[in-house]
Amino acid sequence: MERYLLAGSTLFYLLGFANSLVLLGAGKFRPGRLNFAAMAAGFLLQTAFLYHRGHEIGRCPITNSFEILVFLSWSLALAYFFVGTTYRISLLGTFTAPLVFGLQLVALLLPAAPAAVRRGRPDGWLELHASTSLVAYGVLALACVAGVMFLVQERQLKMRVPGSIFHLLPPITTLAEAMRRLLWLGVGLLSVGILAGFFVGLPIAQFKSGASFLVWLLYAGVLFLWNRNMLHSHRVAQCCVGAFLIALLTLPAMYALGGHLSK
Amino acid sequence: MNIFCLGLSHHTAGVSLRERFAVEEGKLGEALSALREEAALQEAVLLSTCNRVEVYGLASDPDAAALACADFLQRSAGIEAEFYRREQAEGARHLFRVVCGLDSMVVGETEILGQVKDAYAAALATGATGSTLNRLFQQAFRVAKQARSETGITRGAVSVGSVAVELAEKIFGDLTACRVLLLGAGEAGARVARSLQSRGVRGLIIANRTFDRAAELAAELGGMALHFDRWQSALTDVDIVISSTAARGHLLSAAELLPVLALRGDRPLFLVDLAVPRDFDPSLNEMEGVFLHDIDSLQAMAQRGMAARGREAERCEKLIDAQVQEFFEWALQRPSSAPVAARS
Repeated sequence: MERYLLAGSTLFYLLGFANSLVLLGAGKFRPGRLNFAAMAAGFLLQTAFLYHRGHEIGRCPITNSFEILVFLSWSLALAYFFVGTTYRISLLGTFTAPLVFGLQLVALLLPAAPAAVRRGRPDGWLELHASTSLVAYGVLALACVAGVMFLVQERQLKMRVPGSIFHLLPPITTLAEAMRRLLWLGVGLLSVGILAGFFVGLPIAQFKSGASFLVWLLYAGVLFLWNRNMLHSHRVAQCCVGAFLIALLTLPAMYALGGHLSK
Repeated sequence: MNIFCLGLSHHTAGVSLRERFAVEEGKLGEALSALREEAALQEAVLLSTCNRVEVYGLASDPDAAALACADFLQRSAGIEAEFYRREQAEGARHLFRVVCGLDSMVVGETEILGQVKDAYAAALATGATGSTLNRLFQQAFRVAKQARSETGITRGAVSVGSVAVELAEKIFGDLTACRVLLLGAGEAGARVARSLQSRGVRGLIIANRTFDRAAELAAELGGMALHFDRWQSALTDVDIVISSTAARGHLLSAAELLPVLALRGDRPLFLVDLAVPRDFDPSLNEMEGVFLHDIDSLQAMAQRGMAARGREAERCEKLIDAQVQEFFEWALQRPSSAPVAARS
């Protein structure tokens, strides 16, 4: 049942992405509509899956790589819906859908991991720490998407005659503003997640806390330099992409090297 | 049901003739009432813009009504003219093409839709429309919306000024907070500045080698004149620079711009170089946050926009065909409807 929900969700994300690509290729892209509907359907099935899994194990369903990837892609879709109409009417959905689809596809291809054993009483700090951190990663993933869009639109604007995608992408100042908001939100959530981790009644895994702090430092550093006008939007967009790739790499490493999520 | 359209437009009449036939905005309702009475029109809408004057009417005897309409318009204008006439399906198709901008001087322009809506509202207010023209015009507005959303007929700029505006909007979004520096007081630069002003730009600084000319243009455009030897000092405050001077060499190099960029922080700078030879070093486009477009680039974009709209026009015509058919299917199903398809 759970796998079907997830497979259905993945298919909807694929549908949204494929539809956007077909329309873009034909030069008749119509913002929103089917792409948005497909994303919404994918998100609903994803939510149903997480609810079902959470109910089964009696806590936030982030107890193994499979669940973490699904939760991460859910956070990304959630951030996409929360960022608001400004970005939904643009191509953000087109750029978000493949990322969400990719994450879920990897999750589906992972060997089926059994659901964690139901615990008596969930640890509130642990739940807060893990879920906030992953939602932060989702928000930062969206910042990465906005960064890619910024770089694409900036390149179009530098070209002698921009391509057709130029008309579909939002202004670069809007994208820069989106990056700024998403970075603040992502860093804020990450800070809450890291702080909550210190209150979890388990020994602190050194690699995990070190990696989390490194990711936090990276993003906070970008924001600091940007606010001090020491970094241009172009570099910030590059950092949003690069930093997220680093953050993404640290996730499985944290899990493999003794994270306490599954404890 | 006998729908017809009678009128003249930029395709058939010069501006000197069109301006004689134009009906003042405030007098549209009054003129329409008189026209209806004189031409025995069951329903009517009078459209008057700078590019066309048209009557859309419904009459039991369309030939007599069209003749009476022509007579009324000529008498009001005090001059004779040749009118085109479209009946039934062709009349509906004409209206749909007009609202979609396919019959406009600049194909795909959107101002006409608002003008047709105003004309329809005026007719509605005077009770000049009934179920047939109400349905026809509502459907026309739907076609226009469909054409906008499902085709690229309105997409892409088709003049140097509109290309500059489009690029500026893709850099800054809302242009109301943007400040513009115009270098040179020639007509080409002034035209682009006007286009930007039409999209909300408020702050305009004009620098010209002849200060008096700069002051004159500043007064005309509502800007501020600046001595030419001080224009570089304004670079830190402006967002868009339009240049069209007759300088023989580059006015701005990368070395000169670098310290200015440091002072500007993260704000982008859009340079529009309309001059030949060019005023700005092309390598400025490589700098972070600087977007430089010269006259060739702007013209190439305008030409591509025109070509693209031409292609999209074909897709619009298909949409219109379907809507014309739908309208006449509706008309045929009405109990009192006369056989209209045969007349189209």
